[in-house]
Amino acid sequence: MIPAAFDYVRPASLEEACHVLATTGEEAKVLAGGQSLLPLLRLRLAYPSVLVDLGRLPELHGVQDRGDHVFIGALTTHDEVMRSPVIREHVPLVALATATVADPAVRHRGTFGGSLAHADPAGDLPAVALALGCVFVTRMTGGQREIPASDFFVDYLESALDPGEVLVGVQVPKLGAGWGFHYEKFHRTAQAWAIVGVAAAVRTEGGAISEARVGLTNMGSTPVRASAVEAALRGAPSPAPDGNGASNGGHDPVRDACGEAADDTSPPADLHATSDYRRHLARVLTYRAVRAAST
Amino acid sequence: MTEQIDAGMVARRIAESDRLGSPDPGREIGRARRRKEDARLITGRTLWTDDIQLPGMLYVAFLRSPMAHARITRVDTSAARNQPGVAAVYTGRDFAAEQGSLPCAWPVTEDIVIPDHPPMAVEEVRYVGEAVACVVATDRYKAADALEAIEVDYEPLEPVLDMTEALAEGSPKVHEAGNRSFTWKFSGGDVEAAFRDAPVVIERTYVQQRLIPTAMEPRAVVATTDGTAFTLYSSTQIPHVLRVMLALTTGIPEHLLRVVAPDVGGGFGSKLQVTAEEVLCLLLTRRLGKPVKWTESRSEGNLTVHHGRDQLQRITLAAERDGRIRGMRADLLADMGAYLMLVTPGIPILGAFMYNGIYKMDAYDFTCTGVFTTKMPTDAYRGAGRPEATFAIERAVDELAHELGMDPVEVRRRNWITHQEFPYTTIAGLTYDSGNYEAATDRALALFGYDKLRAEQADRRDRRDPVQLGIGVSTYTEMCGLAPSRVLGSLSYGAGGWEHATVRLLPTGKVEVVTGTSPHGQGHETAWSQIAADAMGVPFEDVAVLHGDTTVAPKGMDTYGSRSLVIGGVAVLQACEKVKDRARKLAAHMLEASPDDIEFSGGTFSVRGTSAGKTIQELALAAFAAHDLPEGFEPRLDADVTFDPQNFSFPHGTHLCAVEVDTETGMTKIRSYVAVDDVGNVVNPLIVEGQVHGGIAQGIGQALFEEAVYDSEGNLLTTTMTDYLIPSAADLPEFVTDRTETPATSNALGVKGVGEAGTIAATPAVVNAVVDALRPYGVRDVRMPCSPERIWRAISESGGAAAGWAGPTEAEGGER
Ligand SMILES: Cc1cc2nc3c(=O)[nH]c(=O)nc-3n(C[C@H](O)[C@H](O)[C@H](O)COP(=O)(O)OP(=O)(O)OC[C@H]3O[C@@H](n4cnc5c(N)ncnc54)[C@H](O)[C@@H]3O)c2cc1C
Repeated sequence: MIPAAFDYVRPASLEEACHVLATTGEEAKVLAGGQSLLPLLRLRLAYPSVLVDLGRLPELHGVQDRGDHVFIGALTTHDEVMRSPVIREHVPLVALATATVADPAVRHRGTFGGSLAHADPAGDLPAVALALGCVFVTRMTGGQREIPASDFFVDYLESALDPGEVLVGVQVPKLGAGWGFHYEKFHRTAQAWAIVGVAAAVRTEGGAISEARVGLTNMGSTPVRASAVEAALRGAPSPAPDGNGASNGGHDPVRDACGEAADDTSPPADLHATSDYRRHLARVLTYRAVRAAST
Repeated sequence: MTEQIDAGMVARRIAESDRLGSPDPGREIGRARRRKEDARLITGRTLWTDDIQLPGMLYVAFLRSPMAHARITRVDTSAARNQPGVAAVYTGRDFAAEQGSLPCAWPVTEDIVIPDHPPMAVEEVRYVGEAVACVVATDRYKAADALEAIEVDYEPLEPVLDMTEALAEGSPKVHEAGNRSFTWKFSGGDVEAAFRDAPVVIERTYVQQRLIPTAMEPRAVVATTDGTAFTLYSSTQIPHVLRVMLALTTGIPEHLLRVVAPDVGGGFGSKLQVTAEEVLCLLLTRRLGKPVKWTESRSEGNLTVHHGRDQLQRITLAAERDGRIRGMRADLLADMGAYLMLVTPGIPILGAFMYNGIYKMDAYDFTCTGVFTTKMPTDAYRGAGRPEATFAIERAVDELAHELGMDPVEVRRRNWITHQEFPYTTIAGLTYDSGNYEAATDRALALFGYDKLRAEQADRRDRRDPVQLGIGVSTYTEMCGLAPSRVLGSLSYGAGGWEHATVRLLPTGKVEVVTGTSPHGQGHETAWSQIAADAMGVPFEDVAVLHGDTTVAPKGMDTYGSRSLVIGGVAVLQACEKVKDRARKLAAHMLEASPDDIEFSGGTFSVRGTSAGKTIQELALAAFAAHDLPEGFEPRLDADVTFDPQNFSFPHGTHLCAVEVDTETGMTKIRSYVAVDDVGNVVNPLIVEGQVHGGIAQGIGQALFEEAVYDSEGNLLTTTMTDYLIPSAADLPEFVTDRTETPATSNALGVKGVGEAGTIAATPAVVNAVVDALRPYGVRDVRMPCSPERIWRAISESGGAAAGWAGPTEAEGGER
């Protein structure tokens, strides 16, 4: 649990950060809250030669209401995110999911951007970013990019960020009226990672579901968009708040739709769950998330 | 829900009245004092072993085997030696001549196999994590870096991971002598007769999974020498036992070896050990002439702190149709791991006398075989043998109740020893001195709202509610206060079970208590102060308690097995009485009266019927000045007592647990938990409550969360706290606790011990509740920990797939 030796730099500007990264290349690693990176160093699973600490860059920090979207600076901590009035009002799914991340200590250090850049499919926020169709704003020496969430998560712990590219912040679209949200996290102890998580945004109109967006946590090597469920939900009567579809097993179109949640997924198997059990959970939890988001 | 709130209120009111002070004003014993050690502990003014810095200190790191079983064919340390800051690199071979073998002090049978256990492996490694080499460097970072430069070649051997397979013909061997360490048997009554024509026979197999003790403070060792004498600081529960054992193991003469347990942050049995790291740090300081320090990381600890439990239990009960138990058999395989450590083989044997629990029966038969595997050795873990026994009998009694269609509480009533029957000698040969199972159970049932919960359960079953309610009962007893030395001797244990105390009245009238117990979170400084304050008639604040250093407290047997209060606390009381006997003589002399006419009350010795008196403070000063003492009276008011108990103590209680099991996901939520414990007289209700809370949490940990998992190659998979789950406060319900107080008759304080009670009681209460919730699905057992997936599979496999959702597919069945 002792990291190998590394150098540490703390740039005073984003420019400088990009410069340092560009000159050190793949040997360098960006350090945000350190809640994912430091465990890797301590277990000697990563050996960067330089850590570039973004901690003193104010332009990466904070939450802004920008009309059709909310911009969340990469360095904004989980704790700040879940308490932000702007986020709670306009993009509540982000706050709901963030409140389930780890424990207060981790939430005071870990950052929104770090969680996404780390691209851990077991993290709670990637599935939310995917479901909401967020846009990732980045900087590198001599340029910047906007990467849609659908392109951002490439593989297990691999994002579309190039070495030398810094995530500046994320645009989270406001979905507008008629939408309901829920994040359903299934975990064994309070501060544990999700065995499976489901992020659901559902729009209901005239007693029926007009649109649904469903992102799945820990159901593959990247976060997964449950497109089959989304398609099947369109037009389904919105579930009755008091109806207990789960126990009567009767015909319930929403439930049938959620039965497709595990389609085309290849969930991992680990100490806490087999893949098969994860598939089962995805179905049950998607139903719960969609019901909760519809009411 | 209303009865839950009522129960909470009752408990709070009881707690409140405790906190208002002693039921007997002016008495310290019985007062819910806050612990005097806590302000210091929680504000960081502590000295953990890792805080110790000595001039010139070097840091030790161990290279650990990545193989479960292999021959070491080559170790090349040359590159590591040349790394910056490295003072030395050693392999097992470098210490082969002097490192000896780690001790096992409990050879339970005459023919037991006790393999050689070198602190650092020399020729063969037998578990992942076994030390093969060490680096000593100027800081811990350099030490860790140099480890990576050591090259070791291994010739793989077959791992041995399953106890049953280990005993089968042709199994690869962990040790030359084979995989069976011992078979230990006990028999009471005529078991054949009890089973012959028995109307009901219940036979079950239970798996006590392997657990990893997770003390808040990881282990750490500092060793230093002045060239002649040695001091070892260690995060240990047993400084005294350790000193003796280290002297025997290393050849350092006992009188030149001081062992210190500084502040120690929990142990739960895991620091009741003589570890390889302790021995090697001592040898390293001897060889290098410099102080050395080793502190484990959490992952290193998960690999190499001795593990707990890991038994396979076959339990058979014979009973009448009216529920009366005739007899039982317990047949165990106990996983020793790769070697026998300090008391490894004795752990299952401690349970041997507890399988009959609180019940009367005509016959009982126990067999235990200790088995070697290529895993970390097992040893004491909170409860040590007794939780396993209690789990088995309490689970089996529930199965009997189900078989007979009886209420589980009723079956227990028909079998338990009634309060009029004490003292009662059980079929396992123990004499339970006192108890009142009826009272504890009745109180628990009332606090729990048992009947209402049963009604709700019936309703949920009728409605086929996807969330089912389960109710678990656990009526436990345990043998505590380890232990009468003659009993330990008869069980082939290597040492006695006495405890030592010294009480010194200082010249200014303050009191110093020196105890041989070694607290590491139990609050002895507070409780012992309460005992001494009452006995000596001095204020609580005037008592200091010294412990945990063999120079300061040279005699002791340390802290484990719920023994400290029952033996060590009683020793303190007796030492106070001895000091008072001396003080009485001095008072009589000063007051010119006969000692027989001197009374003691409220800290003053006075002549009966007069107002003439001397306070204990005045006597203290008089003894110090020594100007005018009785003829032949040595000028001191202090005393030593070494107390050896005549019997164990037998706390008992009734724990009730209600769980809600989500049958769609398999998730268990504890809805309410009631614990009514009888730990005899209570010295400090707040400490008792704390011990019960922590104990229950740990018992719930085994039931629902914790398991050390090895893969098919023998790699430990649960090396971090992401994988090895322990519950936190957020995962636990509010515990409703209460007590009945039936004093122990075997000691002057009437106390029984409370350190392990919660852990022993909670595990079967929770698992009984989980199984009870799943009865409608035909489920009759869920293996611990009762994880959501295991529960989901149990439901699915019994054909009861949760309404509307498919069960597991064939392809991916299998045990998890
Ligand atoms: C005990 C514990 C429990 C946890 N439980 C959960 C949980 O339940 N759910 C959950 O979602 N997460 C959990 N986490 C992870 C936590 O959310 C982390 O905060 C998060 O994964 C990483 O954020 P960070 O700011 O700490 O990033 P760091 O650890 O500093 O960095 C993580 C990775 O992202 C890169 N990076 C960070 N910021 C940027 C940037 N601006 N631009 C480019 N690259 C960047 C780093 O180079 C590194 O590779 C847990 C962590 C711990 C320690």
